Amino acid sequence: MKALLIFIAIAMLVLHQDFWLWDNTNLVLGFIPVGLAYHACFSIAVAILATLAIKFAWPHDLIRWATGQDVKANLKDKKYDIH
Amino acid sequence: MTVLVVILIYLSLLLGLGMLSGSKSRGTSKDYFVASHSIGPFLLLMSVFGTTMTAFALVGSTGKSFERGIGVYGLMASISGLVHVICFFAIGIKLWSLGVKHGFVTQIQFFRARFESNRIGYLLFPILVGLVIPYLLIGVIGAGKTILPVTAGAFPNLFPHANPLWNGGVPPWLSGLGICLIVLAYIFAGGSRGAAWANTFQTLVFMAMGIVAFTVIVKSLGGLEQASKVPLTVNDKGLLVQNYGIVDGQVEELTEPLVRGKVRGEADPSLAGYQPHLGRKTLEMDYKRPGPNGELIDAHRELGIPPWMFLTYLFIPLSVGMFPHLFQHWLTAKSANTFKLTLVAHPLCIMIVWVPCVLIGAWATGLIPPGVPPAAVLSKMMSDLVHSPILTGLLTAGVLAAIMSSLDSQFLCLGTMFTNDIVLHKTGPDRFTDKQIILIARAFIIGIVAITYFLSLWAANKNVFDLAVWCFSGFAMLTPLVFGALYWKRTTTAGAVASILAGTATWLVFFIIAGGSEYTVGPGIMPVTFCVLASTVALIVISLMTKPPSEATLAKFFRA
Repeated sequence: MKALLIFIAIAMLVLHQDFWLWDNTNLVLGFIPVGLAYHACFSIAVAILATLAIKFAWPHDLIRWATGQDVKANLKDKKYDIH
Repeated sequence: MTVLVVILIYLSLLLGLGMLSGSKSRGTSKDYFVASHSIGPFLLLMSVFGTTMTAFALVGSTGKSFERGIGVYGLMASISGLVHVICFFAIGIKLWSLGVKHGFVTQIQFFRARFESNRIGYLLFPILVGLVIPYLLIGVIGAGKTILPVTAGAFPNLFPHANPLWNGGVPPWLSGLGICLIVLAYIFAGGSRGAAWANTFQTLVFMAMGIVAFTVIVKSLGGLEQASKVPLTVNDKGLLVQNYGIVDGQVEELTEPLVRGKVRGEADPSLAGYQPHLGRKTLEMDYKRPGPNGELIDAHRELGIPPWMFLTYLFIPLSVGMFPHLFQHWLTAKSANTFKLTLVAHPLCIMIVWVPCVLIGAWATGLIPPGVPPAAVLSKMMSDLVHSPILTGLLTAGVLAAIMSSLDSQFLCLGTMFTNDIVLHKTGPDRFTDKQIILIARAFIIGIVAITYFLSLWAANKNVFDLAVWCFSGFAMLTPLVFGALYWKRTTTAGAVASILAGTATWLVFFIIAGGSEYTVGPGIMPVTFCVLASTVALIVISLMTKPPSEATLAKFFRA
């Protein structure tokens, strides 16, 4: 699933280059130029991709590694703690 | 005058919020700098979104769309949504894990430990501060450009102006000073908690006011469908004409179209009826604009977006990987789950703010002359089309909210970096008391604000969008460094230093050539492409040529 999400993210980088709409000034819903409508939908697609990434590719193992010990106790002994 | 009163009431509310958050403070420097790691998902979203969406998002996007058209959304907003999400996921969560494990708070602490070098901190600090200053600058310039048109006519004797359009308006030097002092007051009162609360309040205000501004402007233009007919149009002679105008405060179709410019070259019949600001086709436009003494001078502008520019802009949002305030948020967030809301909502928030602004900028081309400074377009549309001074005041407060919500976090972050990464790093943690540490941070912040303010007077006519792009390009050229530090064990200290130096030198060369204005290479390639390339190549080549990091460091930063 993680590989599929990475593939979708790369595909979206490619789809961002919507050269086929470059000269098109047609209006969607009677007011929004098609080039802008496409990219507004692109933003919504990014939010959906982020939702899927949270559901299927959340780095639980990294979080376990980071919080392996008690976090509060850990914070007390930090060399780089804020002063 | 009413507009100014509404703005002053808003600023007073903000100050009150700063005082209130100050009363919740535990009085320690830790609480002052990082709110004792207590910022939750909603505050984090508002803080991240509010800070990244400065004058650049409202004033800058409208102005750039006024110049180049709706392609500005794809150029900056939609790609930022994607690249920011990738960076939050790939860099942010990983940094959070290291922040929890080793207690880092600032990015310089992280890089010093990862590269086993104190000197890298002293190299990075001035570069980061130097790159944050243009970011602060666009806020101060944006505030001045916003307040001047909406207060025009209020004080004709006190603030005369050569341009009758702006006569009597509060001048940028005064509004910039006022904004700096207000932000300083509430962050000094409330520290990072004050900044987070103010960010949340202001982000909600500017998003709400953005929607209200859009609704009112659409209504004044006669509805959405009517509004889309307004932008500048090419006629059969290759002239760029305005078919609509503002007559007695109302938008009306002109009986005689107003010529605003000419498409360079022979008239192309296929362009007749084309509205360049609703597409991305590149056209060269010649027009007249007022000179310094009011005389008309020849000017030139490129409309649309060159495909190479559109492609290479994708490097610019990489800047999010190295913004000091975001880095600090990542390192100090309450938990990894805090990021989830930001990951999903950030691209949607960008869309909610940018789509209306980009449309307003494109529509404005058909109503106001092309010589109006881009940063003043949003404000000019509001002052021309919104006839209620109270509403104009509220909308202006919304723009100022967007500006100030960026300034506060940046100011505070610079203070945190200076005290922790320079002063306490040199003197040791026990040299100063808590109160003295906060005092040192405040003194440094005042110094930075003073520099920013004086630079804003000098750069008052710079394009806010272009200045922001230069700032983002600078941070973007540092992002390969953080990727290398997190994902490539072989990244060495020498490689890191080479990457910083190569990226910075490349950025400086282009910045000096361009003078801080828009600049592209060849068919439209953005300079950031070369900066990122130079820093990446230097990082890889020099790292491979030098001794790998110690096993102890690798064990600390990489899982087995």
